[in-house]
Amino acid sequence: MFRLEKRPTPSKFWLYATPPVAVILTMIAGGILFAAMGKNPFEVIRTIFWDPIFGEFAFYLRGQLLVKAGPLILIAIGLALGFRAGIWNIGAEGQYIIGAIVGAGVGLAVFPTESRWIFPVMVIAGAFGGWAWAMIPAILKTKFNTNEILVSLMLVYVAETILAKASTGFLKNPEGMGFPGSRNFSSFPAAQNDFLYEPLGLHWGGVAALVTAVLAFILLTRHQAGFQIRLAGQAPRAARFHGVSPTRLVVLCMGISGALAGLAGMFEVTGPAGQISIDFNTGYGFTAIIVAFLGRLNPLGIVLAGFLMALTYVGGEMASTNLGLPDAAIQVFQGMLLFFLLAVDVLTNYRFRLAVGAH
Amino acid sequence: MDLGGINPVILIATLMASAVPILMAALGETVVERSGVLNLGVEGMMIIGALGGFIVAVQTGSPVLGFVGGAVAGALLSLIFAALTQVFLANQVATGLALTLFGLGVSSLGGQGYNGIKPPPTGQLLPDALADLPVVGPILFGHDWMVYFSILMTAVLWWVLKSTRIGLIIRAVGESHEAAHALGYKVNRIRLMCIAFGGAMAGMGGAYISLARVPQWVDGITAGAGWIALAIVVFASWRPWRVLIGAYLFGGITVLQLNLQVAGSAIPVEYLSMAPYLITILVLVIMSAGRKGKANGAPASLGQNFHASR
Repeated sequence: MFRLEKRPTPSKFWLYATPPVAVILTMIAGGILFAAMGKNPFEVIRTIFWDPIFGEFAFYLRGQLLVKAGPLILIAIGLALGFRAGIWNIGAEGQYIIGAIVGAGVGLAVFPTESRWIFPVMVIAGAFGGWAWAMIPAILKTKFNTNEILVSLMLVYVAETILAKASTGFLKNPEGMGFPGSRNFSSFPAAQNDFLYEPLGLHWGGVAALVTAVLAFILLTRHQAGFQIRLAGQAPRAARFHGVSPTRLVVLCMGISGALAGLAGMFEVTGPAGQISIDFNTGYGFTAIIVAFLGRLNPLGIVLAGFLMALTYVGGEMASTNLGLPDAAIQVFQGMLLFFLLAVDVLTNYRFRLAVGAH
Repeated sequence: MDLGGINPVILIATLMASAVPILMAALGETVVERSGVLNLGVEGMMIIGALGGFIVAVQTGSPVLGFVGGAVAGALLSLIFAALTQVFLANQVATGLALTLFGLGVSSLGGQGYNGIKPPPTGQLLPDALADLPVVGPILFGHDWMVYFSILMTAVLWWVLKSTRIGLIIRAVGESHEAAHALGYKVNRIRLMCIAFGGAMAGMGGAYISLARVPQWVDGITAGAGWIALAIVVFASWRPWRVLIGAYLFGGITVLQLNLQVAGSAIPVEYLSMAPYLITILVLVIMSAGRKGKANGAPASLGQNFHASR
């Protein structure tokens, strides 16, 4: 039998090798799943991972990659800061929704303005909405010691009902002939988050994601606050002696992750989604949790992970239309990826030893 | 007796039934957490149980076998969590989240083709003569067997945790895994069994949603019940009878808001359907306020993995 032996220091090799190994294992397990569903596994895997980049329609699908990766990266970076410090904001989906509602709401309130200041104001409003929604679990945690995991998650359901109310009530398109959903931003140019460079799928959300990744990397490696975040996660006792205030850290991490999720929602609603509708949110807030772990909670790793996860979305849609693969299969695939990642990760801190006889 | 279109006897009777899913799941999670493991995958295990139970019940035509199927499905899924956290020593919070995401995906994949089917009904357990008695009839005698089973499980778990050797071992492992290990207990093996038990309970709770509460298969049918169950465990300070009180409280709120929706209350539907989640948050705040640190009754090793270095 094997037994685990703790490594004196975490393995640098496995720290970086874990994600690729997990991806390969997921492809194998996913292939078995697809085969069990009566699909040709090689064809499905090729459709998901190869065709969007090099296939026949790659010229269009490559652009879709950044469209999907942008919000994932933006949300995951915020989450990763908290996860590093041991602060578990898993309600990013709710902050994303509220950011979208507040951001879009500010724009729609002044429809049909042509001022070029409206879009920046909406960006700030979106970030503020997400931030404020994340402050609820943050303040409850610091004031009343309430579990932030449960509160942030409960607020996702609350946000979803507010979204339903927004699209059928207070943000409903007055010229929409009774259909639910807000005005479409494609007919509101001053407030629209249009593509800056369509072939790459680059809009302001993508720009924000890439800039945020660089800023977060600098924050974590070069700034006092980043040091405190890492210290609080790795050695909470040492962090207290160092003078790290847990309250400030919770407010900081939850605030940043909420604001980033709100931004992602705002860029999505004014861009690719186009309008506030009941099913506007597509689970980016939850998938971003996988992205954060896949990227090893490192901003630059998260950029790569975000693109990989976007690939499963774009390729998954392809597989859905071309091969009739159900959308839920992709969700299962993404869940498996996180499982394999967590399982392989044991090799970072432990090594397997063959246990021969008595030790 | 009628209070604004709501009959209190029927309200109490329905709240007992509507509390069953969260009660079962929360009881299971209580055992898991008492053994020092935080499994955030309750929502995933519940929905897998809801689907597994539904499929078995439809295929065999037996609702009882359906509940068994739900328990097996939930336990099987929880074994993934158990393997990752107890063998591969993965982070419990991350693994629990993964379990929920995975469970939601698998259920929506496996549930295709089961929409719009009626499951075999789970009937009332006791004869009509008892159930038709005024007031006490509907409340005490008018339920299906799962309602009584969930109350029985509350009593059994209370007794097991409090007065038996198994309960003592579970609590020892949860309070101080180092000490339990030194006494010769297989910490990870005991935790693994607790996790599987928690999975079975969550699965049965989920099956009750798809077989008795709704009753049909809908994508995302659990709608956050697993997370409410997790909150109830905290609310109950990890004690079975308080779990029952908590579950009935939430069952009551859910039924009340549904009744108010039907009765056409002045409060908009959207705000009413927020109520269970907002009240969960409120209760969490009340329970946690003023108790800094671990003094709230949480098992001391909760959420920490154990690796025997010697």
